[in-house]
Amino acid sequence: MLSCGIDVGARTVKVVVLENGRIRGRAIRVAGLQVEDDVAAALKEAAAGEVRTIVATGSGREAVKEARQRPTGITCAARGIHFLLPEARMVIDVGAEEGRAIQCEGGRALNFAVNEKCAAGAGTFIETMSRTLEIAVDGFGPLALQSTKLVPMNAQCAVFAESEVVSLIHEKTPKQDIARAVCDAMAGRIGSMCRRLAITPPVALVGGVAKNTAFVRALENDLKTDLTIPPDAEYVSAIGAALIAAEEH
Amino acid sequence: MVIDTREHWRWPEVHWVNKELDWRAGGAITAGVDVGSISSKTAVMVDGKLYAYAILRTGASSPDSAVRATKKALEGTGLEIEKIHLTIGTGYGRINVPFAQKTLTEIACHARGANFVWGPTVRTVLDMGGQDCKAIQCDERGKVTSFLMNDKCAAGTGRGVEAFADLVKVPIEKIGEESFSIKEEPKPISNTCVIFAKSEALGLLRKGWDRNVVIASYLSAMAHRVYTLLERVGIAKDFVISGGIAKNPGVVRRLTTLTGIEPLAPNPQYDPQIVGAIGGALFAHAMLQKQKGAK
Amino acid sequence: MKAHYGYKDGSGEYFIVIDTDRCVQCSDGACVPACPLGLLERIQDDYDDTVCAVKEASRNKVKYACAPCKPVGAAAAPPCVAACARAGIRHTW
Repeated sequence: MLSCGIDVGARTVKVVVLENGRIRGRAIRVAGLQVEDDVAAALKEAAAGEVRTIVATGSGREAVKEARQRPTGITCAARGIHFLLPEARMVIDVGAEEGRAIQCEGGRALNFAVNEKCAAGAGTFIETMSRTLEIAVDGFGPLALQSTKLVPMNAQCAVFAESEVVSLIHEKTPKQDIARAVCDAMAGRIGSMCRRLAITPPVALVGGVAKNTAFVRALENDLKTDLTIPPDAEYVSAIGAALIAAEEH
Repeated sequence: MVIDTREHWRWPEVHWVNKELDWRAGGAITAGVDVGSISSKTAVMVDGKLYAYAILRTGASSPDSAVRATKKALEGTGLEIEKIHLTIGTGYGRINVPFAQKTLTEIACHARGANFVWGPTVRTVLDMGGQDCKAIQCDERGKVTSFLMNDKCAAGTGRGVEAFADLVKVPIEKIGEESFSIKEEPKPISNTCVIFAKSEALGLLRKGWDRNVVIASYLSAMAHRVYTLLERVGIAKDFVISGGIAKNPGVVRRLTTLTGIEPLAPNPQYDPQIVGAIGGALFAHAMLQKQKGAK
Repeated sequence: MKAHYGYKDGSGEYFIVIDTDRCVQCSDGACVPACPLGLLERIQDDYDDTVCAVKEASRNKVKYACAPCKPVGAAAAPPCVAACARAGIRHTW
């Protein structure tokens, strides 16, 4: 019996299919204009058989018409991290348009803090700066790790930060130092958000930004704790949704 | 191929001298120098009356820009910087006015200047510049009673409009008018953040929305945003608007609908950009009077 | 004067409001040392009154800087607000 979790995020659609408590299939797709089509395509790619129950989460979860339930991303991330990393007591999830920190235990969210609706506190910030610096998003972290010099970044807004990055480029500041400043600034904001909760290790980091190694290091320094990035980190909420779907049977 | 080499951001520099006044006949000569991130302004007063002013683009060095704007204001008058009795620096680069004896915030100077330009009935001043937005309440003497300044977020600033104009490919000075070529006023764009609002607008355009409707939707969101800021400091008659946004009817008219208060028309005698510098020169004049009284 | 230091962005409105008419009566400025991050200072304002203000460099990050003093679920006022005997300082969020 297959149960399915769908996480419709701002940038991507993630689908996870579970069978008897194990991951049977998964798929990730860039969310285009017709999210319903992307959901259908991802579902087709992930599922090898008939899906019994679907549970949807994420900011675009209303687009999944056949969903039996639509729990919040907070609930699903807490559930999902318990599956991937049962010992985790806190999960930090930084997606394209939202950052959040959740204190959790046994798959339940105890407390959470969110940054939303401002690009400065989400993955979009780094993406925008990578475009200004003309660096591929994947190369951003490795480049920033080569930095040898701290340069200050004052702008707290992605639009103003673009201008600041442009003037740093004009001043011939090495790109790796600018990239590092971007990661540090972003980590500082996510770190402050996390401090609205007690920092309770072990702490897991998930979401697209977890792939940025320089950001991860900067956030570890800021929070003064190690971060664990579970395999399948971007699927955490979809896994949580699939687990909730499985309970429906 | 035709290459468009026009530079839309280039505006003419301004220089004005009051021919009816003679600084040699007057007593107190004071100046206000307002060094902003985009433009530098100097206003010179003789006995509390506006004598001359100039507006120039701010260069790489703030002290240089302050000197250039002041020299420009004094051009052809025979007056020199050394002969100004008291100068007050204001604006973002206020600490970089080399010949200023004192600095004041642009908030205090704006309120004082608006009181002079529009008269003592002014209670609310909205100044929307290239990179910030100020909402000020003041009393009949032009003293600030409540204020806020937002320069953290690009939404609701000139930069926010620029970024959007770029997306829809309409020159910034036309965007306000275009936003009224619609059949029905749309709902405002739901995102405040310029980055997110741009992707929302792009989505609407791809869905086949008319360009002008999308523009209207964006400017409406801007007007709502500015309205909430004004509400926070309090909004009362008379209401005046300065800064670049005053030239964008797409925002101003929508804002008027929300506030229910028609802003006073710009005073044709003065460039709206000079308000802060005038305030500085007025503060300098008052200080000078006080010093004389104390002696 | 009601001085609003802070900002509004997509995520919300974050202003520290200082009522300088109350502040000017204060001789000690107890809110200044109360802030664990040192965001506040005593200044002479444009009208020559000695009042408290949020430092210029901190104004654009109050949401983040003040976060540790605003733990999720806390009902107590942040230390700066609690320290002011004249109720001259408040947060809008």
